[in-house]
Amino acid sequence: MNSKGIDRRQFLKHAAVTCAAASAAGVWGYLYYSNEPVNKRKEKIFNFKNYKVEESSVYPKIAIVHGKDAERITRAAIDRMGGITRFVKPGERVLIKPNAGWDRQPEQAANTNPDVIPAVVRLCIEARASEVWVTDVSVNDPYRSFTRSGIEAVVKKAGGKVKINTEHDFVLTDLKGDILKIWPVSIFYHQIDRFINIPVVKHHSLSKCTIAMKNLYGALGGQRNRLHQDINASIADLASAIQPTLTIVDATRVLKRNGPTGGSLSDVSIEDTVIAGTDMVAVESYSIRFLELNTSELPYISIAENKGIGTSDWKSLNHYETSLG
Amino acid sequence: MIRKFLTLRNIRRTYAVFFFTLFLILIGITNFRSLKGYEVSLFLEINPLVALSAFLTSWTIYKGLVLSLLIIIPTFFFGRFFCSWVCPMGILNQVVSTFFNRRRADDEYKINSYRKIFRIKYYILTVLIILSLFGALQTGLLDPVSFITRSFVISAFPAFNYWSGWHYLKQPLFYGGVFISTLFLIVLFANRFLNRFWCRVLCPLGALLGIMSVNPLLRICRNIEKCNNCKKCLKNCHGACEPHSNIRISECLVCMNCIENCPEGALRYGLSDSLTAVHTPVDVSRRRIIEAAVAGIVLFPMMRSVVNSGTLPPHSVIRPPGSISEDDFLHRCIKCSECMKVCPTNVIQPALLEAGFEGLWTPILLNRVGYCEHNCVLCSMVCPTGAIMTLTVEKKTGSPPYKKPVKIGTAFYDYGRCLPWAMNIECIVCEEVCPTSPKAIWFQTADIKLRDSRTKPLKRPYVDPDLCTGCGICENKCPVRDLPAIRVTSIGETRSEKNQMILKGAV
Repeated sequence: MNSKGIDRRQFLKHAAVTCAAASAAGVWGYLYYSNEPVNKRKEKIFNFKNYKVEESSVYPKIAIVHGKDAERITRAAIDRMGGITRFVKPGERVLIKPNAGWDRQPEQAANTNPDVIPAVVRLCIEARASEVWVTDVSVNDPYRSFTRSGIEAVVKKAGGKVKINTEHDFVLTDLKGDILKIWPVSIFYHQIDRFINIPVVKHHSLSKCTIAMKNLYGALGGQRNRLHQDINASIADLASAIQPTLTIVDATRVLKRNGPTGGSLSDVSIEDTVIAGTDMVAVESYSIRFLELNTSELPYISIAENKGIGTSDWKSLNHYETSLG
Repeated sequence: MIRKFLTLRNIRRTYAVFFFTLFLILIGITNFRSLKGYEVSLFLEINPLVALSAFLTSWTIYKGLVLSLLIIIPTFFFGRFFCSWVCPMGILNQVVSTFFNRRRADDEYKINSYRKIFRIKYYILTVLIILSLFGALQTGLLDPVSFITRSFVISAFPAFNYWSGWHYLKQPLFYGGVFISTLFLIVLFANRFLNRFWCRVLCPLGALLGIMSVNPLLRICRNIEKCNNCKKCLKNCHGACEPHSNIRISECLVCMNCIENCPEGALRYGLSDSLTAVHTPVDVSRRRIIEAAVAGIVLFPMMRSVVNSGTLPPHSVIRPPGSISEDDFLHRCIKCSECMKVCPTNVIQPALLEAGFEGLWTPILLNRVGYCEHNCVLCSMVCPTGAIMTLTVEKKTGSPPYKKPVKIGTAFYDYGRCLPWAMNIECIVCEEVCPTSPKAIWFQTADIKLRDSRTKPLKRPYVDPDLCTGCGICENKCPVRDLPAIRVTSIGETRSEKNQMILKGAV
């Protein structure tokens, strides 16, 4: 530096840095100018896949098997429906949705029978499914529900994987329903190829029963307790949004009263039946007999029927019923 | 080679790493998935201060607290070894001091010299012990193991969960958690100014162990003939116990650093002999101790003459199931937060002033965060002091052979906010989730005339106080989220004789 002040080179350098800083500030202002107070990124909205397989007139739409051995009657029902290979192709990833909503023990019949589930898991693995996931969005603590219902242990032993939904596992999904539009849904439903619903038959005070269609509540996250405010429309919307490849109803033991939580063995009745079907409405309409209900008492069944999800008159369909020792 | 590694200092370091890791593992496995009967409250149970003060409030040494003898008895032999070998708080403070308080060689001697403020911990201990004698257990506020357990449960683990994404189910939330986190950080930050500030100045457990080790069998011995007063022994001294002169044994944490640092070989750990320098007794004036004791005595009646959970049952103090009656609860709870860690629904929260000042950070249930899982008794299994007594599922739910469930409160409807009552909207989610059998929540179907004079059959819910256990799942799942239309308060809780409302159900 000379005595007169800064030299040219220094001046140019300093001026360039100052201009660069000033223009960066200007660019920042230009780029981020907005009329919105908060910059919200739009969340991606998912749609459900079609999990269904092609209908076939060769096989019945609904197969009912009675018998003591839960695993055996489950296998027999699926066999009669055309065998697992009709529903699961090699390399496909299968999601199984039992009812594992409650921290209850198997004999209390609040959750799906842990003897029914491994039969399905094993069949899927025999059909060379790439992975078999078992999931539910439980009402009670999910870890406790899966462990104490006995489901976790049998699924692991059969070679399946229990997938617990943590708070980050939900994505917005368009249910395209009459009252259910966009809801957070477990992301596992978007990562699979086939979906097998294995509900249990239980009493429920508001909807009168919870079987196959209401079991689909367990796909949702968010504030699903609001669904009670129009439970019939909600159930029908869910059934139309998520149509399983196969529904297998566990009616080996049925919670007749005090549902859906139960807790007392005196409310449980042993019915030793498994119902498999591709028509969810038909399966539902058959299963309500265990709770001494008929379809006219259940508005959601006719709503679902009108939506074209299935037929409530299961007798009119190709059906099969048998009893194994 | 191995001989060279096996110095006393390295053995101490190995123990420190082992015990700190064990502490982390034990907190880490305090959840439903991993808790398989492990003694997860071990560090709280071996803690002599917890055992002693809880003994003074209720004259029992409860179950696992007898393990404190594992520390008490060796302390008579080996001195205050717990602080540098076992105590997770001591080890953490030492690590922080080592890394964040690096000084020039000159200053290292000064920072590890004895200071008068180190007496404070003895006064703190005196106040806590006097309070315990009068039945106010406030030890947990400053007991190092309770402090670090609480800090890890409420702040360190949730922070770790937040960044790692490894959580039980969701990010845990804690009521007033930032208060506990801030205190923890302040204590760690204090090491920036004075090494092991907590251990040297504040720690009441350190003070207790210091008093127990006024004259231990084995101690650091300085050979007065070999010592040339170079003070190099102060360089890494943990306790600032002045091994270069007449060692203050009550401050000595048996870290063994002075032995390794002595160039003359003048220091050793063992029995004293004729060449060993004498030691300095505990530096506490009797006058101060008496002052502190008087303060405690004066404070006590003041603490008893307040509205708190012990004198008047507050509606929001819902204690975990298995908790003993409120007076006894405050005699036993050391605010360690183990129950908050193990709770699967995160419902157990550290109280602020709900239970009065005495009840700060004691566990209460906030049903907006979670609810008490009907078949879960985990909190009763981890409580180290018996404030929550061990329950079985049968005892909690009132299954045979038990007649009645453990009730922690009662649910009440706020009909002005309840959808079927106030707005003629179908709901009864509370009835669906009610876990008792038969359900404590029941309903009546009524034909309700709507505004447009149509009628609509509507299910309107009620609570049966005989069946309600106060679990709070109804409050937690109520769609009226901000201030639920059904709320649980503590009335009717099994543990209380006073907090009852119904004649026939009176205990």
